Amino acid sequence: MAQMTMIQAITSALDNELARDPSVLLFGEDVGQSGGVFRATDGLQKKYGDQRVFDTPLAESGIAGLATGLALQGFRPIAEIQFFGFVFEAMDEIAGQAARMRFRSGGRYTSPIVYRAPFGGGVKTPEMHADSLEGLLLQTPGLKVVIPSNPYDAKGLLISAIRDNDPVFFLEHMKLYRSMRAEVPEEAYTLPLGKAAVVRPGKDLTVVAYGAMVHTALKAADQWSKQKGVEAEIIDLRTISPIDIETIIESVKKTNRAVVLQEAQRTAGAAAEIVAQINEHALYHLEGPVKRITAPDTVYPYAQIEEEWLPSTERVLTGFEAALAL
Amino acid sequence: MLQILDVDGHVVNEALLPQLSHDELRAIMRKMVFTRIWDQRAIKLTRQGRLGFYAPVAGQEASMIGSEAATSKEDFLLPSYRDVPQAVWHGWPMYQAFLYSRGHVHGGQMPEGVNVLMPQIIIGAQIVQAAGVALAFKLKKEKRVAFTYIGDGGTSQGDFYEGINFAGAYQAPAVFIIQNNQFAISVPVHLQTAAETLAQKAAAAGIPSERVDGMDVLAVYSATKRAVERARAGEGPSLIESMTFRFGPHTMSGDDPTRYRSKELEESWQRRDPLVRFRAYLEGQSLWSQADEEAVIEEAKTAVSEALAKADAQPKMTVPELIDVMFEQLPDDLRAQRAEFVK
Ligand SMILES: Cc1ncc(C[n+]2csc(CCOP(=O)(O)OP(=O)(O)O)c2C)c(N)n1
Repeated sequence: MAQMTMIQAITSALDNELARDPSVLLFGEDVGQSGGVFRATDGLQKKYGDQRVFDTPLAESGIAGLATGLALQGFRPIAEIQFFGFVFEAMDEIAGQAARMRFRSGGRYTSPIVYRAPFGGGVKTPEMHADSLEGLLLQTPGLKVVIPSNPYDAKGLLISAIRDNDPVFFLEHMKLYRSMRAEVPEEAYTLPLGKAAVVRPGKDLTVVAYGAMVHTALKAADQWSKQKGVEAEIIDLRTISPIDIETIIESVKKTNRAVVLQEAQRTAGAAAEIVAQINEHALYHLEGPVKRITAPDTVYPYAQIEEEWLPSTERVLTGFEAALAL
Repeated sequence: MLQILDVDGHVVNEALLPQLSHDELRAIMRKMVFTRIWDQRAIKLTRQGRLGFYAPVAGQEASMIGSEAATSKEDFLLPSYRDVPQAVWHGWPMYQAFLYSRGHVHGGQMPEGVNVLMPQIIIGAQIVQAAGVALAFKLKKEKRVAFTYIGDGGTSQGDFYEGINFAGAYQAPAVFIIQNNQFAISVPVHLQTAAETLAQKAAAAGIPSERVDGMDVLAVYSATKRAVERARAGEGPSLIESMTFRFGPHTMSGDDPTRYRSKELEESWQRRDPLVRFRAYLEGQSLWSQADEEAVIEEAKTAVSEALAKADAQPKMTVPELIDVMFEQLPDDLRAQRAEFVK
């Protein structure tokens, strides 16, 4: 098996699906000749031609709308939004149109679209490039939202997203693109959407995380285990819409305590939703309130104070302490 | 296409030669040389990790400086990420431009009397906002102009069409300048649109437009001056397409122009270097010398070092400082969040 970075795993997934299904199209700003600003689509235009892999004019609403129209005619578009921070330009087409297509046509038309976008902090990008805006997408009925945390998951989840008959937003954390390698098969495989993974078993505390925060959680848990002999169980959500509440509840029933970790600002995000669901489904199994560990409710501070602003291992440990204190 | 100086600095359009004094002509040259040196320093500093985000400007000096020089200090500038020189020449202190590059909140705090907004990252947002600023000047009966810039790629955004259309509908005093540097990161203009020129996009908005040689600082100045005067006289907005080229990469964040531009193309544009052309024109009239050039180079180096030192001296921003600028009065839940960051 090949060792791949997350970005290579993503390229590999796109390659597999372009080869397998002629209705798959790939487009966005700079994805063609230049192979994408992160090289995620490198070489694909050469391989599949500029009818299937192409550069678009610089307009996100246009890109997303094009995807909706192509999907109406039987194509399976993969539309890249160059950075997730630019999604506001395309929100009507994604949330207001594509995700409502089944409803608007009584199920006659679907939107088998994958929107891909890099996002995430800690890599010192300019303003509006790193923001974790996934909370906006969670409020959109009819849209699935996937955030992988490692190369193997990225490939399997992306292939599932491309084969899914409903729109899927696939978010790629920039810090994870090249920060690790893992065994990833060259051939296509799928991982189910909406299914979380227990990435570290433990009995004392349930930690729910996704994306880059999975790695922060793992670091904190290992430190805690060594220092205090306390074992945190870590759940990597992988898909934040729909949320795999079963896996979470099963874990909480065992540990009786939980913290939820997200990189995004605190209010009304994925973590808020998970806390609500834990309360709904497992309140009587809890021995203390569920803690959220998040960024504060400010705009994303690009470059200079990212590290202080993002949940750090230190802040995560403080959160663990609070969750464990009776 | 409007041209006043050819590539050798000879006047080809005597009638359109702008009425500029010797001092004004020299001031324009000084700013162009200064900007070239500052750009070179900024690129180095970015590579050393001493600046944050930076989009190189070499090649576009005529386009940037010629247009800004045609405005007045009370006119309001809405720049995009590459338009840092215009913003600085319009009054933004250079050390604050460096702080902006690093993501320090003080970078965007314009001093009183400086009519500049922090550079825009979202492509097209400045165009719709410029329409609003211009309408405000009209409503307040102030003889001021809003001016803004966008790249060739940016003219594909809905916001571009919406902004120029609104300005036209309200006959608002706005000047829109397209800096057509031929590429939007890697995508060439001919993949961006089937329109023959970008200037013609103004026709649908019902506003006048003009295409100028963006490597000819006098042509850019003269076209902008006319647009500004029209706007100030209550005759509404205009659009200018300035044909230019960025010699360097798109930004310092890993763009590699050799993936999408040929050497021949780069060289053909380098032969049109706006500094070389204007220098030849001025030297022909004994308005510029090697000594002048060297003096500006030294001046620029010193100014950049001083600005950098001032930026370095600014205390690092903190999370509580960031929280404090979110609202006029801090809501209770944010106050609680703020407390988590005070040790
Ligand atoms: C809404 C939005 N979409 C995409 C981007 C990413 N991006 C930044 S610059 C750029 C190319 C811009 O090209 P152009 O408008 O020609 O201006 P230039 O940079 O050449 O001056 C792109 C795609 C962005 N900043 N904002």
